[in-house]
Amino acid sequence: MQLVAENLTLERGGRRVANGVSFCLDGGTALLLTGPNGSGKSTLLRALAGYLRPAAGTVRWLGGGSGDGGDGETAEVSEVCHFVGHLDGIKTHLTAAENLSFWAKYLAGPADGKRSVGERVDAALERFALAALAEIPAGYLSAGQKRRLALARLAVAYRPLWLLDEPTVSLDTASTGVLIGAINAHLKDGGLAVIATHIPMELTPVQAIQLGRVEVAP
Amino acid sequence: MSAFVALLRRDLQLAVRQGGALGTALGFYMLVVTLLPLGLGADLNLLSRIAPGVLWIALLLAALLSLGRVFSSDYEDGSLDVLATGTLPMELVVTSKSLAHWISTGIPLALMAPVLGLLLNLEIGAYPLLFGTMLVGTPAISFIGAVGAALTLRAYRGGLLIALLVLPLYVPTLIFGMAAINGLLDAAGTGSAFLILAAISLAAVVLCPIAAAAALKVQMQ
Repeated sequence: MQLVAENLTLERGGRRVANGVSFCLDGGTALLLTGPNGSGKSTLLRALAGYLRPAAGTVRWLGGGSGDGGDGETAEVSEVCHFVGHLDGIKTHLTAAENLSFWAKYLAGPADGKRSVGERVDAALERFALAALAEIPAGYLSAGQKRRLALARLAVAYRPLWLLDEPTVSLDTASTGVLIGAINAHLKDGGLAVIATHIPMELTPVQAIQLGRVEVAP
Repeated sequence: MSAFVALLRRDLQLAVRQGGALGTALGFYMLVVTLLPLGLGADLNLLSRIAPGVLWIALLLAALLSLGRVFSSDYEDGSLDVLATGTLPMELVVTSKSLAHWISTGIPLALMAPVLGLLLNLEIGAYPLLFGTMLVGTPAISFIGAVGAALTLRAYRGGLLIALLVLPLYVPTLIFGMAAINGLLDAAGTGSAFLILAAISLAAVVLCPIAAAAALKVQMQ
């Protein structure tokens, strides 16, 4: 499994925010994106997920669809990735468990075949310390708890590529540790992660890209 | 397929939990139809003659009220981004959400129409026809409306803009909805208008998700 970006040039509202970004990320490796506010971290992640069409360059996923890992075939990045952005994607009228069980059914791929939805949801709630809050409507959760619920999505369905946009925002120290543990476990399983962050994260093995300010294109 | 069912079930569950959208649409429908006889006076023959038209037009307006939320609630809380990473193509996401709108708004409005017909002295023979044509015509309202909702996703106060975009597109549905009732009421009438109404709905179900999905992809950039 490999995520390859070649010469990516991205524009936001006519302004160039990333110029000629290239990388090649192998299975089991994390890529940290750092840089000041407005340097294009979120834009790059949205381009990788396929929401944003790059002005130039390409993003390619080499090696198989959701989890079967068969090399040689290519798939759309959007079908093999988990995207956790600034918005949590949580319905306030559903309980935490209902939110997760919807995503578990919706995002399920062939790799999740053996485990039932209930098992996957319980394991994800347990992992992100949300078990006690499972039956509470998500609207009553605090900002940090909502963030944990959004991150629990990573554990309800297997996707080889995780795209995380400042995942530690509003998390406490313990939850940040849980998240870093979850990412490291995912890397050990051969998964990939691209993470935009402002805080140092202890991930191994890791590559880093420092995005800087890019002059406005004429 | 299971992703499609899961999404449909979640949207219906949310429609029941939130309740607001359906309540507003039904309340608006009832009020508009109730005000009309008060404005026009108690001329029973006149009311009976215009009843099908009034019920259809008020239904279109009531359905418009809830269209704005079809995609915007998912867009605002970030769910739409995650829905786009599913295995389900965007066209089917749109189909599922439009279907949920039809079940949670279109069908209740069609069920309400015969009750409101009482206020307008609707002919007895027209009740089943009115309900039948509305049941067949409302999918077109939800699916065409979804295109408007997708196009105005990021517009400030998109609700009014949806009305401007979508109401002209409802003209065929309205014309053939009315023609179906009148055609079937006449002794010599035929059901051809009813069949055209059904064709409009089926075409909307197939074509509108393609247009709405393309609009959503642009809006999510």
